[in-house]
Amino acid sequence: MALSAEDKCNVKEFWEKLGENTHVYGTEALVRTFLSFPATKTYFPHFDHSSGSPQVQAHGKKLAAALTLAVSRLDDLPEALSSLSDLHAHRLKVDPTNFKFLSHCLLVTLARHHPGNLNPEVHASLDKFLSYVSSVLTSKYR
Amino acid sequence: MVNWTTEEKHAISTIWAKVDVDKLGAHTLSRLLVVYPWTQRYFSNFGNLSSPIAIDGNPRVRAHGKKVLTSFGEAVKNLDNVKAIFDKLSHLHSEKLHVDPQNFRLLGDNLIIELAASLGKDFTPEAQAAWQKLVGVVASALSKQYH
Repeated sequence: MALSAEDKCNVKEFWEKLGENTHVYGTEALVRTFLSFPATKTYFPHFDHSSGSPQVQAHGKKLAAALTLAVSRLDDLPEALSSLSDLHAHRLKVDPTNFKFLSHCLLVTLARHHPGNLNPEVHASLDKFLSYVSSVLTSKYR
Repeated sequence: MVNWTTEEKHAISTIWAKVDVDKLGAHTLSRLLVVYPWTQRYFSNFGNLSSPIAIDGNPRVRAHGKKVLTSFGEAVKNLDNVKAIFDKLSHLHSEKLHVDPQNFRLLGDNLIIELAASLGKDFTPEAQAAWQKLVGVVASALSKQYH
C-alpha cells in the first residue's frame, strides 16, 4: 500500500499543524501504549512507565523527532530511516506487532488533540504513513 | 469470565454516558469504510460508497452504525456477561454474514479513535486502556461461535 501523492500531501499538511507540540504527542502516545498494551513495557524494563516520567518524556521526544524526519523525507524513507532500521534490526529487535500498537496509540493521541483535522481521509493517509514507517523499521530483521 | 477492576468499570460507564450513540455509531462505521476500504466488501448492497462524502452521507451506513453501537451498549451494561450477549450475533456473523473476525478488531480500534476525537481530554490514557480491553472482549465474544 504505497503512499499516493495525495497521501503525502495529507501527511505533510497535518504534521505541519502540529507545530511545536510533536514531543508532547510522542510522549502521550507512549504512555497510552504502555497502559493499553502492557506487554510493550517489556522493551523498556528499566523505565518508569508512568506519564510524567522523564524517561518516557525523553523517549517520546526522540520518537516525535524521528517521525518529523520521516514526514520531511517521504520520497526516500528507507534511506532517511536507514540507521534507525539498523538499530531496530540488530540491537532493539522489537517484535513487529508492537509497531501497530504504537501507531494506533499515536492516532488516538492525534485524534484527541486535533479531532477536526483527523477526518477519515487524513486518518487513512496517516495510517498508511505509519505502516510504511513500521515496515521500513523492520525491513532488515531477516 | 472477564475480570474487570472497579476503575475499568467506572471508566467504561463514565465514557459511555457521554456518548451520542447515533452519531458515534455512524462516524465509526463511516470511518472504517474509508480508512479500510476493503471492509466495504460486506456492504455491497448499501448503495453509494464511492467516496468519503458519499459514505458519510449514506443513510444505510448511518443506520447500521447506530445498530452496531447499540449492540456495544448492551455489552457496556452487562460487562460480566458479554460472551452470552453476543452468542446469537456471533453465530449470525459466522454462518450468515461470513465476516472475517479481523474486522471486529478494526471496528473496535476505529471506535476508540472516534471516542478520542469526540471526547478529547476526557479520553484519558486510563480510559483508553479500559476501552481497549472492552473492544477486545467484544471482538472475542463475536468470534466465539466461528468454526
